[in-house]
Amino acid sequence: MNYINLTKIAINALKRNKFRAILTMLGIIIGVGSVIGMLSIGEGSKKNIQDEISSMGSNMIFVMPGSQRRGGVMMGNSDSKSLTMKDIEQLEKSSQYLSRISPQVSSSGQAIKGNKNWPTSIYGVNTEYLEIRKYELEDGRIFTDKEISSLGKVCLVGKTVVENIFGESVDPVGQTIRFAGIPLKIIGVLKEKGQNGMGMDQDDLIIAPYTTVQRRILAITHIQAIYASSIDEESTDQAIEEIETVLRSQHKLKEGTSDDFEVRSQAEMVQAFSSVSDMLTMLLGAIAGISLLVGGIGIMNIMFVSVTERTKEIGLRMSVGGSGTDILMQFLIEAVILSIFGGIIGIVFGLLISAVATNALNLPFIVMQNAIILSFLVCTAIGVFFGWYPARKAANLNPIDAIRHE
Amino acid sequence: MQKTIIEVKDLRKDYHVGEVTVHALRKINMQIQEGDFAAIMGTSGSGKSTMLNILGCLDKPTDGTYLLDGVNMADMNKNQLAQLRNSKLGFIFQSYNLLPRTTALENVELPLYYNSKVKSKERKEKAMYALEQVGLADRFHHMPNQLSGGQQQRVAIARSLVNDPVVILADEATGNLDTRTSYEIMELFQKLNDEGKTIAFVTHEEDIARFMKRNIVFRDGLIKTEMTVDKRHNATQLIAELPHESDIDF
Repeated sequence: MNYINLTKIAINALKRNKFRAILTMLGIIIGVGSVIGMLSIGEGSKKNIQDEISSMGSNMIFVMPGSQRRGGVMMGNSDSKSLTMKDIEQLEKSSQYLSRISPQVSSSGQAIKGNKNWPTSIYGVNTEYLEIRKYELEDGRIFTDKEISSLGKVCLVGKTVVENIFGESVDPVGQTIRFAGIPLKIIGVLKEKGQNGMGMDQDDLIIAPYTTVQRRILAITHIQAIYASSIDEESTDQAIEEIETVLRSQHKLKEGTSDDFEVRSQAEMVQAFSSVSDMLTMLLGAIAGISLLVGGIGIMNIMFVSVTERTKEIGLRMSVGGSGTDILMQFLIEAVILSIFGGIIGIVFGLLISAVATNALNLPFIVMQNAIILSFLVCTAIGVFFGWYPARKAANLNPIDAIRHE
Repeated sequence: MQKTIIEVKDLRKDYHVGEVTVHALRKINMQIQEGDFAAIMGTSGSGKSTMLNILGCLDKPTDGTYLLDGVNMADMNKNQLAQLRNSKLGFIFQSYNLLPRTTALENVELPLYYNSKVKSKERKEKAMYALEQVGLADRFHHMPNQLSGGQQQRVAIARSLVNDPVVILADEATGNLDTRTSYEIMELFQKLNDEGKTIAFVTHEEDIARFMKRNIVFRDGLIKTEMTVDKRHNATQLIAELPHESDIDF
């Protein structure tokens, strides 16, 4: 048997019925196109969420106070005063996997300047905070260590605050605003960051030395959260473990007792959000997969009709020396060519859909190589699977009956 | 001595239709020598079509032996039979059986596609040569629907010649054609036979059978008569004697 010849025969047979070939392919084109399109849109939205979450910080880990047990009574998280500056100092001293670390205390209230005011939040942090949260300075400078130790009345402001208090025309650096009755001199303005993945405005904030917020505004001695960056993405898990070990020993927690703090990482958040969009992608993919199956059945359908319609041709081929195997292979190759061609066109079609859709939805356009390879293989498999039965039927025709078929 | 192309001995073929057994062929003995031009004749139900199917290796006999060019077809499996058809036989059908929307040349090439020894260049050359033999070389790129019935049958004849078979089997090859065209086709067959082709031609028309060298008449599954044709028709001569188309009064 000669596969090159059989392929030529199959191609010639398809050429004789171009319109039918295209109609047959249509099912596969739509099927593959929607699989590629849906997966790519799903992946795009996942990437979008991941990007937004990672824009919140670099390899960020944050520690919140956890519930404490005081004399058998479980205390709520927000009341907890378990985190202190001693924890930070200890972490700074002993950690191997953390590159930056900052305390955070925060309060919300009105920022006032003259006759204007704006409700916002103030975050008390140290100088490393900006890098942990990926904030950048647009203008001015960050506060110094001396300003931290001296409870300096200085602050950095976000773009939203600037717009609402100063408007466009005034340079805010050097101006003084009041927050909770404390006058704060603006020493810098933060670059605009936009909304985060949850729709929160990341530019609506004031950043001040943590000592200022802690003592002057809140009048507390503990800190409300710890923000840190691990040295790289891979070591996030080790960093979390390290933080837990240090804090447990620092808080003198006995074995068996639960933590009085909670460590969360950006990676966990990404995971949580990704799992939602993963499910969405799977759902979309499954629906598209069904249309691919329907496309495959379409091929089988047309191949069946084609075998009946071409009975005489089959008889002729057998009488001039085509064996049953030759006929089987011809029809199988026809089905595979149809599905592969349909698959290729479908892939292009799907990429086109997703390019247009992701553009319209403002999502990143992701070409999923795996999905393309997979759907290509699936197409070939569909061609073989759904072409086999009609091809078998053609091969089993009795040449005498076939040649006299009218 | 002439080579025996077809040798049939005590051949029987039974069909089972429900509980009834139909003896399509009862006990056939016949030979076709190289260069022969034999008509296989008979009314419908005489067994001539069954005989042709067996001669064409499309059907197997119930009993008896059939040697085609020295090969016993009883020993062959389905794929080997297909190869045998490809290499030793040329078929011509009543309804031409050309592939639609396929050029004359490609139609003639068809049998060679099933012979992996023939390269694609050789395939084209052989097909062109076969078309030349039937006088249609200038129409090689025409589709069947652009050709007349006679021309289509010529393409079919070219297709049967292309693999240089030991015998050409024709099944009512002139059945769909008018008298003049039939004679023209017979002229072609006589020419091919003169060039040495062995031809077995199934027909029920005595008129057509008289173009051949020998007539084998089937009746009820047996050979009734087997005779050499005397006063054999010469197609070229008969065509000349036919009234010109312009002479016919409508």
